[in-house]
Amino acid sequence: MSLVYAGACSHAPGITGRAERADPELRESFYKNFRRLGQEIHDAKPDALVIIGAEHFANFFMDNMPAICVGMADHYESPIEDEQWLGIQRTRVPGNAELSRRLIERILQSSDVAYAEEWKFDHGVAVPLNFLTPDYDIPIIPVNINCQGPPLIPLHRAYAFGQALRTAIDGIPERIAVVCTGGISHWPATPDSGKINEAWDREFLDRFINNRRDEILSYTDEETYRDAGQGGFEIRTFIALAGLCGGATGELYFYAPIPIFAVGCTVARMNLS
Amino acid sequence: MSLYYVQKLLYQLNRDSYVRKRFDDDFDLLLAEYELTPEETEAIRKPDIGLLYVLGVNGQILMHYAAMRDYEWDEYLAAMRKGLKDHGPVRAGLYATVWE
Ligand SMILES: [Fe+2]
Repeated sequence: MSLVYAGACSHAPGITGRAERADPELRESFYKNFRRLGQEIHDAKPDALVIIGAEHFANFFMDNMPAICVGMADHYESPIEDEQWLGIQRTRVPGNAELSRRLIERILQSSDVAYAEEWKFDHGVAVPLNFLTPDYDIPIIPVNINCQGPPLIPLHRAYAFGQALRTAIDGIPERIAVVCTGGISHWPATPDSGKINEAWDREFLDRFINNRRDEILSYTDEETYRDAGQGGFEIRTFIALAGLCGGATGELYFYAPIPIFAVGCTVARMNLS
Repeated sequence: MSLYYVQKLLYQLNRDSYVRKRFDDDFDLLLAEYELTPEETEAIRKPDIGLLYVLGVNGQILMHYAAMRDYEWDEYLAAMRKGLKDHGPVRAGLYATVWE
């Protein structure tokens, strides 16, 4: 078995871009847990880190929108956004095209994915990397699930993608860590920015952490949009990770609504046996 | 109403420095390449961030255009709220979805 780590985290741009405006105590507690995830990933000694994210019209647009896309490059640019705006310096992040290619070939046996040999990370990947691999010392394989421009992939298909990714990882000799990153309830970049449905978040996280498959797949997009905003569509990244982890349960390291970050800030790990 | 092309232009402005340069040097010629209504063209030119929001531009695209036009975060949020007051509810796109 070569899946060596699985975790989950938030990625909202305010986490780095508007850092100084958050309650310092809450912010530092969140950052500490974010970095703890990074330390655990390094301790697992992975050959690559797969990030299952949900970018926001940085590489993928409605002219040709893949439901799921996997990066297949030796390096990626990050971040695409203004460095000042995001509070993260632009750099070249290492990838591994050959490893990506082998994973993609295996994934395609049971799940349809697109691939991209060019990719500029937006905050959806750049913010997690800022905490998980701040020295950019682990090759990254980005995966994007379209959570922005409907029609979106059904939840059970996101779960099935996670299973296909697991089978692919199990079939290669390399050690692979996987992190999913999504908001839970949030209304990003809208007049409702800062609104967070904590009760909805906690219910979702409870289902996710305990990997209750039927319950995490039971949301309709209409309900999610009503209760959790547009940002709630990003639960697809968590659901893919749940599929990846089979029945494994996890541990919630941190959850707190931080309104200036516009999201319920989350850090969790799964317990792979 | 050609929300797709409004969003496409703003998406490309965020991503492509060449489009960005043409936006500065060659605004009319650049915009002629997109199918835009006069209202949309004006909202982009001004910019009227609130109207762009009401026209249905996704916030994940709009926030970068607002930043490019020197809106601070709070100004950006205020502009959308003012747009709703001045122009009424969002007319198209994700935020105007009627679920079946
Ligand atoms: Fe997001």
